[in-house]
Amino acid sequence: MEMTGAEITIRCLQEEGVEYLFGYPGGAVLHIYDALFQQDKVKHILVRHEQAAVHAADGYARSSDKVGVALVTSGPGLTNAVTGIATAYLDSIPMVVISGQVPTFAIGEDAFQEVDAVGITRPCVKHNFLVKDVKDIASTIKKAFYLAKSGRPGPVLVDIPKDVSGHKTEFVYPASVNIRSYHPQGRGDSAQIRHAAQMMLEAKRPMIYAGGGVVLSDSSAQLTDLVRLLGFPCTNTLMGLGGFPANDKQFVGMLGMHGTYEANMAMQHCDVLVAIGARFDDRVIGNVEHFAQVPRKIIHIDIDPSSIAKRVKVDVPIVGDLKLVLTELLEVLRASRQKPDAAEMAAWWKQVDEWRVTGGGLRYKNSSEIIKPQFVIETLHKLTGGDAFVTSDVGQHQMWAAQYYKFNHPRRWINSGGLGTMGFGLPAAMGVQLKHPGETVACVTGEGSIQMNIQELSTCKQYHLPIKVLSLNNGYLGMVRQWQEFFHGNRFSESYMDALPDFVKVAEAYGHIGMRIDKPADVEPAMKEAFSRKNDLVFMDFRTDSTENVFPMVPGGKGLSEVVLAEDL
Amino acid sequence: MRHIISLLMENEAGALSRVAGLFSARGYNIESLTVAPTEDATLSRMTIVTSGSDAVIEQINKQLNKLVDVVSVMDLSEGEHIERELMLLKLRAEGEAREELKRLTDIFRGRILDVSDHTYTIELTGSRVKLDSFIDAIGRDLILETVRTGASGIGRGNRILKL
Ligand SMILES: Cc1cc2nc3c(=O)[nH]c(=O)nc-3n(C[C@H](O)[C@H](O)[C@H](O)COP(=O)(O)OP(=O)(O)OC[C@H]3O[C@@H](n4cnc5c(N)ncnc54)[C@H](O)[C@@H]3O)c2cc1C
Ligand SMILES: Cc1ncc(C[n+]2csc(CCOP(=O)(O)OP(=O)(O)O)c2C)c(N)n1
Ligand SMILES: [Mg+2]
Repeated sequence: MEMTGAEITIRCLQEEGVEYLFGYPGGAVLHIYDALFQQDKVKHILVRHEQAAVHAADGYARSSDKVGVALVTSGPGLTNAVTGIATAYLDSIPMVVISGQVPTFAIGEDAFQEVDAVGITRPCVKHNFLVKDVKDIASTIKKAFYLAKSGRPGPVLVDIPKDVSGHKTEFVYPASVNIRSYHPQGRGDSAQIRHAAQMMLEAKRPMIYAGGGVVLSDSSAQLTDLVRLLGFPCTNTLMGLGGFPANDKQFVGMLGMHGTYEANMAMQHCDVLVAIGARFDDRVIGNVEHFAQVPRKIIHIDIDPSSIAKRVKVDVPIVGDLKLVLTELLEVLRASRQKPDAAEMAAWWKQVDEWRVTGGGLRYKNSSEIIKPQFVIETLHKLTGGDAFVTSDVGQHQMWAAQYYKFNHPRRWINSGGLGTMGFGLPAAMGVQLKHPGETVACVTGEGSIQMNIQELSTCKQYHLPIKVLSLNNGYLGMVRQWQEFFHGNRFSESYMDALPDFVKVAEAYGHIGMRIDKPADVEPAMKEAFSRKNDLVFMDFRTDSTENVFPMVPGGKGLSEVVLAEDL
Repeated sequence: MRHIISLLMENEAGALSRVAGLFSARGYNIESLTVAPTEDATLSRMTIVTSGSDAVIEQINKQLNKLVDVVSVMDLSEGEHIERELMLLKLRAEGEAREELKRLTDIFRGRILDVSDHTYTIELTGSRVKLDSFIDAIGRDLILETVRTGASGIGRGNRILKL
């Protein structure tokens, strides 16, 4: 049977098992919206800004193992989506974005709402396509899903001109894809894996550094087995949190700029470092030269060869899918008669525990007068038993959430690490809540970030999403203020926002419940009340200490051991 | 160090800009870049001359391989290879200089393609070094125009870059 390109597009999404399509209509996608109207398998979520559509698809993907899908119109629809696409790209999130384009005959004529979508998004997608013939739609969408999800995941854009979505052809959905130039690695090299295993068994001061790759590949179980089998200390990057249970005694906390003292010191002073799905980001190892001063052997497992040896030299590179590589590594280790040297391990743990003491752990001075932001997160953790889905925006509140909410499961901590996109938290929470109806979804945000996509409160109302928004309102672009305090002589240039709205009224205006919390004693009762309202979105405006800073801190450009602890100030 | 990288990619609109965009976005050098379809019309062959530390060259190779449109990549400078570039020059050729220019062209095994009262148009093929030395031998004063294609490269013997 002949179908229009638009009908084919929607059929493809059905074939891919897409539950939700996050989008916003416009001229170039009218055929597609028409096709959407005439079916009910794929549910459309109408956001209030295209950036939010992409973040919502992103949150949906991060909290599940599925591909997030968004639909936007040409021109401004596409440009609005770019921030969302780049956010997904930097964190390697599987996503397909479909954009409308002006008709093929108008391309290149500066037509109404024409932008070069493929050109604009090229540097921030895994791949993109401009479909010029209706016959190619089905095979292109099939490829897009395959590319988005396989190998190192990432966003893929499919740009469909209006005439192409209007033309008709026979619908055939390909059963499989073969892209001759694309063969992501599956298994790792067995000889390298044995080599790595031996190196790990002989280590005196080993350290396991696991990142977002563990979450993306759903390999938490394998990682956990590995860490427990060997008895090594384990740290997670910001993106890896929940990949290893935070309540395990072998967990030394997050590392990096705002990581724990013990994680950073162990990272710096280990003799064998096992990097697992982590990419030696500058916010993680700080100054590369400083990091390289201490000799250590590095084993690096990653599916993307370009992540390996990009910023640091690697001794044993293993390219492959983490799940397969870790499984094989575990087999080799279990079959080996050798075990890590007990005396060396005891001495190393003694050292790590000493660092825990010197660093003083994560701490802050609580107050009975003024709400400390860390206290809000601790209370959130307490009341949700560590089992909530927590999305975050970007800033100090993000770091406190990462530090004080102890994630024991993967895909529960949803934040923008690579691009650091303010405005991510609320729309991402929408995607998470839709994927997990009935579960607790908390969006930890700041009064700055929330205003970057606050219009989505309206979407939440339309689709009855009972998200709990926890705004740590310090009256400042706090993370900027902190840097200005430390590095710019307290010159708080444009980091204070005058004329903040009354967030309670804002929430109410959108049809939700708003609460303002000023006193520490009210934090827990307010949160309890909010969480008891299972069907309502509650916006909690916590007035927090505006002078509070995030510690520990490794200042930009410094080495991991050149950390500023809270008491140093 | 200077490297000459050869690659096969899908002969599709946009593939070239993905490669060029990669180099500019990541701040890699491009000395020259040549591209044309191969005997298999679905594939284009590209030669890129670049330079950088070993670490940068390693990243360039990995990043190129990562592009979905790139089918295969070979760093020709890692082994025996042949490199050729085509140059067209228009020279001011008047009076006594005409004989001398013809003689130099012969020495460099170039060909005179076009002659006018005042000019010669010359074709010369060879390595970059050879083309550079021809320019030096002629002297800039007499050169009216040069057009160079940039290097094309191929491996020697059994070093073959094929699908
Ligand atoms: C305000 C702010 C402060 C920050 N401070 C910190 C900080 O203190 N500490 C910190 O850690 N980060 C911090 N970040 C985040 C930082 O910028 C990086 O985003 C983060 O460190 C990268 O995490 P990652 O190394 O785990 O890599 P990711 O970006 O998660 O990359 C995942 C890696 O896994 C690989 N991979 C994917 N799938 C597979 C698979 N199937 N098999 C094998 N490998 C796979 C990928 O190729 C990639 O190399 C901060 C961000 C912000 C905005
Ligand atoms: C879109 C965007 N613009 C600017 C920044 C730079 N930036 C990082 S944190 C921050 C302040 C965030 O303020 P707020 O949301 O109030 O959080 P706080 O740090 O106060 O907890 C800014 C402006 C950013 N990350 N994203
Ligand atoms: Mg703030």
